[in-house]
Amino acid sequence: MQPTRTEGPDYYHKVVDCQWACPAHTPVPEYIRLIADGRYDDAYMINWKSNVFPGVLGRTCDRPCEPACRRGRVEEEPVAICRLKRVAADNKSDVGPLMPPVAAKRNGKRVALVGAGPASLTVARDLAPLGYELVLFDGEPRSGGMIRSQIPRFRLPEEVIDEEVGYVTRLGGVDLRLGQRIESLKGLLAEGYDAVFIGSGAPRGRDLDIPGRKEAAANVHIGIDWLSSVSFGHIEKIGRRVIVLGGGNTAMDCCRTSRRLGGQEVKVVVRSGFEEMKASPWEKEDAIHEDIPILNYRVPKAFTHENGRLTGVTFEIVRAEYDEKGRRNLVPSGEPDEHHECDDVLVAVGQENAFPWIERDIGLEFDRWDMPQVDPVTFESTRKGVFFGGDAAFGPKNIIWAVAHGHDAAVSIHRHCMGEDVHDRPPPGFSLVSQKMGIHEWSYDNDISLEHRHRVPMLDKAEALKNVRVEVELGFDSRLGYAEAQRCLNCDVQTVFTDNLCIECDACVDICPVDCITFTEDGEEADLRSRLKAPALNLDQDLLVSGALATGRVMVKDEDVCLHCGLCAERCPTGAWDMQRFTLEMTHADQMGGAA
Amino acid sequence: MTYIAKPKLHHPALAPNGLGYLRRDYEGSVSTLCAGCGHDSISAAIIQAAYELDLPPHRVAKLSGIGCSSKTPDYFLGNSHGFNTVHGRMPSVLTGANLANRELIYLGVSGDGDSASIGLGQFAHAIRRGVNMTYIVENNGVYGLTKGQFSATSDRGSKSKRGVVNHDAAIDMVSLALQLGASFVARSFSGDKAQLVPLIKAALRHPGPAFIDTLSPCVQFNNHAGSTKSYDYVREHNEAVNRLDVIADRKPIEVDYEPGTTVSVTQHDGSVLSLHKLADHYDPTDRIAAMAYLAERQAAGEIVTGLLYVDPEPGDLHGALGTSDRPLNSLSDAELVPGQAALDRINAGLR
Repeated sequence: MQPTRTEGPDYYHKVVDCQWACPAHTPVPEYIRLIADGRYDDAYMINWKSNVFPGVLGRTCDRPCEPACRRGRVEEEPVAICRLKRVAADNKSDVGPLMPPVAAKRNGKRVALVGAGPASLTVARDLAPLGYELVLFDGEPRSGGMIRSQIPRFRLPEEVIDEEVGYVTRLGGVDLRLGQRIESLKGLLAEGYDAVFIGSGAPRGRDLDIPGRKEAAANVHIGIDWLSSVSFGHIEKIGRRVIVLGGGNTAMDCCRTSRRLGGQEVKVVVRSGFEEMKASPWEKEDAIHEDIPILNYRVPKAFTHENGRLTGVTFEIVRAEYDEKGRRNLVPSGEPDEHHECDDVLVAVGQENAFPWIERDIGLEFDRWDMPQVDPVTFESTRKGVFFGGDAAFGPKNIIWAVAHGHDAAVSIHRHCMGEDVHDRPPPGFSLVSQKMGIHEWSYDNDISLEHRHRVPMLDKAEALKNVRVEVELGFDSRLGYAEAQRCLNCDVQTVFTDNLCIECDACVDICPVDCITFTEDGEEADLRSRLKAPALNLDQDLLVSGALATGRVMVKDEDVCLHCGLCAERCPTGAWDMQRFTLEMTHADQMGGAA
Repeated sequence: MTYIAKPKLHHPALAPNGLGYLRRDYEGSVSTLCAGCGHDSISAAIIQAAYELDLPPHRVAKLSGIGCSSKTPDYFLGNSHGFNTVHGRMPSVLTGANLANRELIYLGVSGDGDSASIGLGQFAHAIRRGVNMTYIVENNGVYGLTKGQFSATSDRGSKSKRGVVNHDAAIDMVSLALQLGASFVARSFSGDKAQLVPLIKAALRHPGPAFIDTLSPCVQFNNHAGSTKSYDYVREHNEAVNRLDVIADRKPIEVDYEPGTTVSVTQHDGSVLSLHKLADHYDPTDRIAAMAYLAERQAAGEIVTGLLYVDPEPGDLHGALGTSDRPLNSLSDAELVPGQAALDRINAGLR
């Protein structure tokens, strides 16, 4: 096959599985090394630059990085990347002086941001240092969007939100207009902003229209609305017996919040099987840990009620059947229906976008699902100068996606306001720098820790269930944080091969602890994959294939389970292998400069 | 050398052998040799061979002398018996150990200095006595540990790293081994594990003196233009006479060659050596022809590799001496002290 092309940023970026999987492409191994080094401020700032909310995300992120983590393929569990982010946030000193300075002069451009959640705040973060005037509108009395309204305080303390929202609003030029819900986009546009960004989220919780819904309405609540009321202090109690319908992370937040507001018999009931639930595995674990059973394969049929009061829910019991295309169908199992008594029901069966405030005659097209048509690269709608991001753009995702959208939308807004083409976007920058310090010394710690994943210390359960505002996870202390950080394989320190230096001595093949490297006759990729020292069966992972060597053979390295221990480079007599640190510089608006 | 130990984590697809061990379980401590040393590849080949043969590590004894090569037993088979002898004396210690306990598998590892210079006499006598062992010489043609003097196997006319031309004749250990009666003689190259691993496997299963001369380039002192033991020189002049597959216990043959190009040799223990012929008419069971062929190709400047000679029915020292069938450490007092009557009989026989 053709020698692997490693010229652009993509090949080596993809080797850093966590960074590649992160929507914001946070340089994970880099900040983990800084944590191990005790440089918490630097670790925090690297995060802040990429994902704006390290303290929030270090507690609540959906962690697409962790299932991707290479460590999870060579032993049982991935590195606790998410909770390490929190270690940086918890242990940092005053990072105020490290924040970008307030722009020396305004650039005269005004941008309206609808919704003061993670997407809009990211746009503001990127544009404020350039001298923009940013007007953020939110219908709620506090900023933060779903970070504040939907995530319970026992998972995310108020101070953390205030601190990280504060870093953005103090950048200068940010005008927060809270409690001011935008009721008409047409009206907003008429105010003459240079651009409008819509980051209003997916604020409508889906309802469940089954018999009894109207009659039992007083005790049937929409999950996200209920969570929001708890967050803002409007609700402080729930019945003794609670049923939560739904299997996503909102359902997990609902059931755990119920346990803290007087719910003693709280259960989650889901349509699907336990394994297919949308909730993250760790959130399910946390719920089960708080004595909340999760009953699966039960479809709600009716709310039962007596004298206008909810008495329970009837469920049909189903089982999963898969058709020849592998699609799942839930079919009745034939078992008799089950009735579960309860005092309150929380419905957490999904969220929807809602844009009743956007007029349909302003040149902003909607698709057949009634979602705005948004360009997936520029985040611009069909009306020039109006941009979308976060859940408002492509439906409910999570905070880290909102941040990634915000960065990209900010680039577009900046181009737009400077009168340039929004499609003309600078590519990310990158560099590869050798980490060699001596014959067998590297500037990173290449001795692989054999420790298993460390558990995050938790508050005693009885204590935790007493108060909905007491944080349940205590976080890693610096000692545990160090131990967990050492589990990182430093995948950003790349094995770079120079074929004309290789003398084919086999030293790298012999030393490689995970049999990554093979010298063999060239062939097509599928054929090569089958005859390596260890077969390369993970097709998501690339092969690094050299050009022809002196014997006519090629060097093939399977990136899949490489430990990045650097032993190949250490045992290489000619320096054909080198360990080089890959750094990716994402394109952010504030780095692009631009004339005022 | 390397500061950190090789990480214990291994490829998830690594399969256990018949004894339940992974290949990684046959490793030793991390090598302290120079980066790129051919010896490390030979260690890796020994690890691979022991793993594939399902060798119980505690039934193997590895012995060596002094030198870079003789350090290597520390880097493989970390759970086997080991003995690092005086310079050049490995063959005697191995012979003694073998006489005391014939049930272990003996692996002697030596170098061209240890076996062709100071230990040449020891080498010769262990071979001619027919000690059941695998004797691997890691041959780099240079005294690497003392910074690059010519060794006894350096070819006449080859150049040292500093440009000095060698005027002494080279000792060819393969020819010596053939002449001295080794019943298994092979030559291979550290840079060709596809050839080397099967040869080591066959040698370990051979019930007699098995000798493998393994060219093993010294990256530091003998891998330059003008050397005849460099990676490039050996690759250019390598003439393999055959490719070997060792088929233990009637496992199916995996490699499919054209009919008529394969010759099989069944060893005493039932293992089959299936040899794919690369040189026409080469018969690895004809010792005289092997010696002639070797001399002829050597004169033509070629390095002949492969399984050069094998005697399917070899004898060994125990057979010649009529020794005890059992290891000495398993004999009881009753067997070791036959009593006064037996002594009287012996004394009477000597009158």
